[in-house]
Amino acid sequence: MHTSPPATPDAVVTLRDVHKSFGPLKVLDGVSFEVPRGTVTAIIGRSGSGKSTALRCIDRFETIDRGEIRVCGHAVHDPALDLRRLRQDVGIVFQSYNLFPHLTIEENITLAPTAVKGLARAEARARAAEVLAKVGLGDKLQAYPEQLSGGQQQRAAIARSLAMQPKVMLFDEVTSALDPELTGEVLRVIEALAASGMTMVMVTHEMGFARGIADEVVFMHRGRVHERGPAAMLAAPTTPELAQFVGSGL
Amino acid sequence: MNGSLNANHLLFLAQGALWTVGLSLIALVGGGALGFAIALCRVSGLRAVRLASGAYVQLIQGTPLLVIMFLTYFGLPPLGFSVSPLAAAGASLTIYVGAYLGEIWRGAIQSVPRPQWEAAEGLALSRTQRMAKVILPQAVRIATPPTVGFMVQIVKNTSLASVVGFVELARAGQIINNALFEPFLIYAIIAVAYFALCFPLSRLSQRLERRSGRGRTTLMPA
Repeated sequence: MHTSPPATPDAVVTLRDVHKSFGPLKVLDGVSFEVPRGTVTAIIGRSGSGKSTALRCIDRFETIDRGEIRVCGHAVHDPALDLRRLRQDVGIVFQSYNLFPHLTIEENITLAPTAVKGLARAEARARAAEVLAKVGLGDKLQAYPEQLSGGQQQRAAIARSLAMQPKVMLFDEVTSALDPELTGEVLRVIEALAASGMTMVMVTHEMGFARGIADEVVFMHRGRVHERGPAAMLAAPTTPELAQFVGSGL
Repeated sequence: MNGSLNANHLLFLAQGALWTVGLSLIALVGGGALGFAIALCRVSGLRAVRLASGAYVQLIQGTPLLVIMFLTYFGLPPLGFSVSPLAAAGASLTIYVGAYLGEIWRGAIQSVPRPQWEAAEGLALSRTQRMAKVILPQAVRIATPPTVGFMVQIVKNTSLASVVGFVELARAGQIINNALFEPFLIYAIIAVAYFALCFPLSRLSQRLERRSGRGRTTLMPA
């Protein structure tokens, strides 16, 4: 593994000049930012601005054309990267929950800890109970995903990621499929996680939430980081693009 | 064997029907094992494996079962392999059924939504674990109705084994008819016997299809 020191000494995630095209379409055009340990970064921007792609690159769901991505000491841009080791350190939650429909919530959660980390079944079940309690679903161990509401499914999906004890959590528009009421219950879980010191990167459309929870906001526009700063910048944008986006987004 | 249809004839037909069932089971077990391997090869990460298995499926689907039977039964002995009718019929059906089940099961595996793969990948499951614990259990639910439906085809296709001299239900009927010359009666009995074997399978397939329309196989929005 190549080792060049990260820009910020305590950065858990570092993107440096990341380029990515889908065919002729340039999606990421030199994206750089870093996420210090224990902080929350919100990536915002219009549809098609490249924000979801940037997030997916962090967990190598997309391979990049050029640039450098380092996550918890893994060189994600390196084709020889051990994907399974990277993904033991990174938890990802998707817009469409993606719980496994043929397994109970408990089985959804214990699957990876037993199969990947070799946890004993009893230990994995104890951990499942613990993470489910954390997201307020302590009584849903034996339920199947279809028996839960969308908000409950998303919270269970968060619990499933937490059971792997990741060092950083990625959230890809996790409330976009939910109505406002259910959105609230998911956001409260994420807030509690932030308060517990979890390092998080989230792509979100919830501007109010981003302002309340994010230590740093990354505004993406046309595949670039157009503006970047503390959440307070949402109240006082310095570029017309962000001003327009925030104006229309609220 | 002459005169009119008697109990011995019926016993002979029943024996033939048993061989039809036996041959169907051989085809199902052999073709199922081969088909499972084909389906996995068809979704392999290796391009060469995907191409080779795809070529196999195309080749077999473009060849009549009858010709495959001729090839194994009449084509192999001159090359120094002598083959019994049962072995020839069993091998031909396995080759044939493997291609079709492989294709049905490939479709079932691929119809498990892409995000399910990604979720499993995100949890650091290995490719084998993703397949065994996440994808295949869901694919099995999707594949069961068409698989049972295809078993009807298998049962009917075993009748082609009569051309290599294997005495199953259709061949048993021919033999009796040669003695009695009552073609309408005898082939009507044969038809009813095939129907009795196939109808329960068709009904089962329909029931499974209805059941898979709801419940846990309901797929997430992608």
